[in-house]
Amino acid sequence: MSATTTEASTTKTSRRRRKKKPFRLLTRRDMVVVGLLLGIPAAIHVFFVWLPALLSIVLSFSRWNGIGGVGNIDWIGTTNYHQIATIYPPFWPAVRHNLIWLGVFILIATPIGMYLAVQMDKEIKGTRFYQSAIYLPVVLSLALVGFIWTLIYSPDEGLINNLIGKTGQGNLIDWLGNPHLNLWAILIAASWRHIGYIMVLYLAGLKGVDPTLKEAAAIDGASSRQAFFRVVFPVLKPINIVILVVTVIESLRAFDIVYVINKGTNGLELLSILVTNNIIGEASRIGYGSAIAVILLIISLGIIIPYLFRTFRKDEAAL
Amino acid sequence: MTNPENPLGTEISRRRLLQGIGAAAGLAVMPSVLAACGSSEATTTTAAASGNQTTTAAPAATGTVSVGSNASDEVPRTAYQNVFDAFTTKTGVDVKVNTIDHNTFQEQINNYLQGKPDDVFTWFAGYRMQFFADQGLSTQIDDVWSEVGGNYSSPLKSASTGLDGHQYFIPFYLYPWAVFYRKSLFEEKGYTIPTTLDEFKTLCGGIADDGLVPIAFADKDGWPAMGTFDYLNMRMNGYQFHVDLMGGRESWNSDAVKQVFAQWAELLPYHQEGALGRTWQEAAQSLVNKEAAMYVLGMFVGQQFSDEERDDLDFFAFPEINSEFGQDSVEAPIDGLMLSKAPANMDGAKELLKFMSTGEAQGIYLASDPNNVAAGSDADTSGYNSLQKKAVELIGSAAHISQFLDRDTRPDFASTVALPSLQSFLNNPSDIDGLVKSMEDQKLAIFGS
Repeated sequence: MSATTTEASTTKTSRRRRKKKPFRLLTRRDMVVVGLLLGIPAAIHVFFVWLPALLSIVLSFSRWNGIGGVGNIDWIGTTNYHQIATIYPPFWPAVRHNLIWLGVFILIATPIGMYLAVQMDKEIKGTRFYQSAIYLPVVLSLALVGFIWTLIYSPDEGLINNLIGKTGQGNLIDWLGNPHLNLWAILIAASWRHIGYIMVLYLAGLKGVDPTLKEAAAIDGASSRQAFFRVVFPVLKPINIVILVVTVIESLRAFDIVYVINKGTNGLELLSILVTNNIIGEASRIGYGSAIAVILLIISLGIIIPYLFRTFRKDEAAL
Repeated sequence: MTNPENPLGTEISRRRLLQGIGAAAGLAVMPSVLAACGSSEATTTTAAASGNQTTTAAPAATGTVSVGSNASDEVPRTAYQNVFDAFTTKTGVDVKVNTIDHNTFQEQINNYLQGKPDDVFTWFAGYRMQFFADQGLSTQIDDVWSEVGGNYSSPLKSASTGLDGHQYFIPFYLYPWAVFYRKSLFEEKGYTIPTTLDEFKTLCGGIADDGLVPIAFADKDGWPAMGTFDYLNMRMNGYQFHVDLMGGRESWNSDAVKQVFAQWAELLPYHQEGALGRTWQEAAQSLVNKEAAMYVLGMFVGQQFSDEERDDLDFFAFPEINSEFGQDSVEAPIDGLMLSKAPANMDGAKELLKFMSTGEAQGIYLASDPNNVAAGSDADTSGYNSLQKKAVELIGSAAHISQFLDRDTRPDFASTVALPSLQSFLNNPSDIDGLVKSMEDQKLAIFGS
């Protein structure tokens, strides 16, 4: 009974509406379904992304070792931030190392990856082989990558020192232990992976470029260099944004190789590692680690958001 | 019944979809329900099985005891299993072992102990035990100790005692830190064992003149150098100062600590170069290959020696620096077992702890592990190799047993302050004043409140 009345009433209301808005496609029931289908993922997103992020921010104002209930949390205001900036020796090196990492990736590793992608796109002989060889490091597990580079850099048993004969007391080169050297040694290893990643991403973009564009450029007398910089590169703008964002994200969340090699101490401090070292472990400093995480979040947002805003606003203007 | 607004008739399928989502969510809950059924079933059957056996053995305890173990490597895992099997045969109480990867176990110990921990879990003596005892995450076992206490020397007892004076820990095995060397190399070159710092320095000078590295050294992972610091500190300032410094009651920014670093800086030229890029295994290889003459490390250095060459490995106690303290302290980390905060099977768990305190149980474990020695004094040492026998002697002669820097202090201080600070000292041994001030500032931030 009630079902028929509600159905009748809905038809009535919708008929009434139809008079006003004849092209309306969704019933109330559709709206509910759409609402649920959008609402569930949105709720999951809020629950698993925004809630933890907000809780991190809240916890960054506390001192808590993770034991006992919420009542055991001491609220200490901005003390954590103050201590991080003043008496925590690894913090400023970590910020510096993250920025160096970003600089090396943007200025060296990413351009090399893009250059290789352009070469691969020319279908030179053995392209498939080179593609696989360059992409291989991305496929390897990080523990393995760390292990491979440890074998190469190890002071007495490593490949490099044995090749150049610098393993003895007095003339040894300590690739991983010398804090002025080890960041650069690790950056070579990290770039080794990053180049392959960027190459594949960019190659996928290049494959999608309409070949007639290049032909037209060639007919107009453009050299291949000009054709790339004046025609292909601007056409690939969406891919370029993806590459840039990926590079920034990869540099800021850099963690694994360093963690495998020496857990991020002694010249290899990174913000992500300071977060882990403070939070994970037996007697975790959850508030302190959260404060570092919030700083990392702010740096990430500070770099990514303005760029995306600028880019997409331009797109809208162009439309 | 078709909805005029919905000519495609997709609405029902949408509803089905939602039902499907609901069902999927339900399914996700299912395994835990099933698991709950499974485990309760398991306990009832084992209880029945042990019930049969108790008629012969007749102890008070029955049922199943669960043990959380960090012995994830093949050899120790099998060794522990052998011990538990012996316990089951003896008492009829079943043991359910829950083995977790060694590092994961340590990293998650907080959550583990607060969640639903096993009845008994493997852990370390010293401050690391006291910390969790102090947080109420472990049950005191004074009654077990009143029965088995006679099997332990007094330094072992104090290492098992919480800050409140109760016992929380059953020592199972331990291994000493010392200065390791190869007998054949010392014989060949005519080196003599030093007992004082001056003799030690003279020896180091002689070894360097022979073109060898006097002291193998590695600190890439950050912890091996802590052993050297501990020994210098205990030889110069005594065991009690070590305990107070680690407990946050003494200042790092004090002359006593500065002198330790200054003494270490003086010895550093005799240490192997490039320590911060080297693992202890690699440094041990230089001892194996006779490129380095000595190595300050734990007895696990033997793992890097082949079975034939292990007989050539020997050690001496870290030399005396201050005659007031002599060589009275030995750094010998103790591994053992604790009781969780609310064990499901209290009687069975205590029965297991009693068994683990016997030399018999420890002997079964050590049969497959020659790099440790049993903690109980009634352990049968006849099967020990010469190194183990010497280790027993060294530990037996000690007035104090320290646990190692990262076991004697708060874990957060050890990993986020002490570890990077010692590494930065090794990089730049000249700025001791700045270093100890920074350590003290951070210590106050961590221990304070």
